[in-house]
Amino acid sequence: MSALKIKKGSSKHSAYDLRDPNADVIESHTLAIVVDNEAGVLARVIGLFSGRGYNIESLTVAEIDHLGHRSRITVVTTGTPSVIEQIKAQLGRIVPVHEVHDLTVEGPSVERELALLKVAGEGDKRVEALRLADIFRASVMDSTLTSFVFEITGTPEKIDAFADLMRPLGLVEIARTGVAALSRGTE
Amino acid sequence: MTRQMTGAKMVVQALKDQGVDTVFGYPGGAVLPIYDEIFQQNDIRHILVRHEQGAVHAAEGYARATGKPGVVLVTSGPGATNAVTGLTDALMDSIPIVVLTGQVPTFMIGNDAFQEADTVGITRPCTKHNWLVKDTAKLSDTIHQAFHVATSGRPGPVLVDIPKDVQFASATYVTPQKANTKHYQPKVKGDREAITQLVELIEQAERPIFYTGGGVINSGPAASQLLRELVEGTGFPITSTLMGLGAYPASGKAWLGMLGMHGLYEANLAMHGCDLMINVGARFDDRITGRLQDFSPHSKKAHIDIDPSSINKVIHVDIPIVGDVAHVLEDLLNIWKARGRKTNAEGLAKWWGKIDEWRKVDCLKFTQSGNTIKPQHALARLEALTKGHDRYICTEVGQHQMWAAQYLGFEDPNRWMTSGGLGTMGYGFPASIGVQMAHPDALVINVAGEASWLMNMQEMGTAVQYRLPVKQFILNNERLGMVRQWQELLHGERYSQSWSEALPDFVKLAEAFGAKGIICKDPKDLDDAIMEMIEHDGPVIMDCLVEKHENCFPMIPSGEPHNKMLLGENASTKDAIKSGGAVLV
Repeated sequence: MSALKIKKGSSKHSAYDLRDPNADVIESHTLAIVVDNEAGVLARVIGLFSGRGYNIESLTVAEIDHLGHRSRITVVTTGTPSVIEQIKAQLGRIVPVHEVHDLTVEGPSVERELALLKVAGEGDKRVEALRLADIFRASVMDSTLTSFVFEITGTPEKIDAFADLMRPLGLVEIARTGVAALSRGTE
Repeated sequence: MTRQMTGAKMVVQALKDQGVDTVFGYPGGAVLPIYDEIFQQNDIRHILVRHEQGAVHAAEGYARATGKPGVVLVTSGPGATNAVTGLTDALMDSIPIVVLTGQVPTFMIGNDAFQEADTVGITRPCTKHNWLVKDTAKLSDTIHQAFHVATSGRPGPVLVDIPKDVQFASATYVTPQKANTKHYQPKVKGDREAITQLVELIEQAERPIFYTGGGVINSGPAASQLLRELVEGTGFPITSTLMGLGAYPASGKAWLGMLGMHGLYEANLAMHGCDLMINVGARFDDRITGRLQDFSPHSKKAHIDIDPSSINKVIHVDIPIVGDVAHVLEDLLNIWKARGRKTNAEGLAKWWGKIDEWRKVDCLKFTQSGNTIKPQHALARLEALTKGHDRYICTEVGQHQMWAAQYLGFEDPNRWMTSGGLGTMGYGFPASIGVQMAHPDALVINVAGEASWLMNMQEMGTAVQYRLPVKQFILNNERLGMVRQWQELLHGERYSQSWSEALPDFVKLAEAFGAKGIICKDPKDLDDAIMEMIEHDGPVIMDCLVEKHENCFPMIPSGEPHNKMLLGENASTKDAIKSGGAVLV
């Protein structure tokens, strides 16, 4: 048996098939995960994403039921349709996970994010910042003679747009909470 | 009745109440209170291994040979980190294991204390679930939950980390009946509508095949019985993954042999050419599928699996059925029988005609000649001489593992312990110890390569201490045979680091431990040596010197589909080309 004539670097040269079969459409989905509020549960969820190479675009987590010890994790993730299905199935397998909802496919939903933006400036820039904040319904949380801290709530896109406008006007720092989401209607 | 007791006593009580009779472990500072309790009772037998990795593999062997969870007790820090390979191995192969680790006292956690490691952090990705118990009041309930999670749904390893102060403190013991296991209840019944759709396909299929895996074994003996009934009833051919060998008997007439990278020609070509693939408890592993785009291109695929995340993970299937194999097969059989036990007899006859042509290739054929033992010959003789025995086979990882899967026949489930998913060299020897503990009177053989075997050779001490007559059948080619094979075929015959130098004299090594050693290098002496090995009442190392450059065939190179197999030079390749398979030799 002689050596096979296989080009170095081709996938046949490897112990694994190196071609990625999932190099197609990437979608963004918002997942709501209800978990037991116990030590390490967030690490389990995050570890699943990093361990299996999934993406996290945004993450929020807080206790939602003190007596029932439940927390809700909202994750915005991206991937091909089959990867998104895999993410949901893998999340469902984690022992302290009670429910996994894909808000992107389970009917209409509302998504909101809160951000705090510190904008420093004087003169016209300061006036313009305040005017734009008014248009975006951002409120002033703190003010000095040379700075504002704005609070804004809305979709991630709205916050992106506001931050983009504030950048030339002296944006110093921004803190965002990540997306919280709920399905519309009674269910 | 409420019972107050210390955490350490609780551990032992909980194990007893879970029906545990054997624990594999190694003591250390952070588990001394539990070892003290073990000392003061006689219901649970503790097997002192020589390395914590050995403890987990032994527990895996015990679990796979009995269907019961294997239990491990090790200390904090290095005790826990040494268990990581075994945990990962059990996770990949879905083996129920409960590992109890000691931990530094709660008030010292995070202080970099002596023998402290973040055990739950380190083992989070390699367990099905794990717990750090900070309160003795929760300890017994947590241990019962651990057993429940390890054995429910898709089985797997779990770990309970118990700080030393939790072992000393007292609280009320909770019995298994009162433990909180309600939340984790995976679905076992399959969707009836999907099962009926599968029955419809079974009735019409012209070229069907059962592709079965470790899920059948894990589901329990009933699943294997139902599978056999279904295969006999339908007359469909059946192949299995490495993990599923024994669910259907190798002597059964519908048996095609193992499939996959080193699977049989007829099994792989039948997978490639089928029009209905019924996956029962297997997971489309990359060693099975080969090139995904060309995987069984003309078939409808059904997939029975208890783990929803296995479905559509790799291969898109037409009929997904989430449920336990035994439950689903029972429903499937009932529906198929109620609808009149129909199959497409004409199509099936043609299909079997084709399969019989592929079988004529005789892909496992080899010629034993000259003065060197061929490894295939060694296994063929081992099979012939041990077939009638109450026999359990373990393996290490590499060429010998694939040859064992090809040349040994498995008639029943739970008789074959091998590291499938993780491919852990060093698995087989400690696993054989676990199997022998579970079945003291059975013939337990570990088919090994010399390199794998050396990875956990310290367990000779365990085998001798507990008088476990495990037979270490080492196919010694003084090479890392599988690595060497890949280097020959794919890396220009540059044999980088793939030989075993400075090997011990295995006979003297056995004798140094107080066991028996046998060396065999002449094919004429092989039968006598094997007989001497199996007849000796005690642990034996048999050093069987074999052909050094033998390659393992058939072989599907990575990235190739099932019909592009490399065959050994002895296979009747002329017939193969005639019957339509492309052969690259």
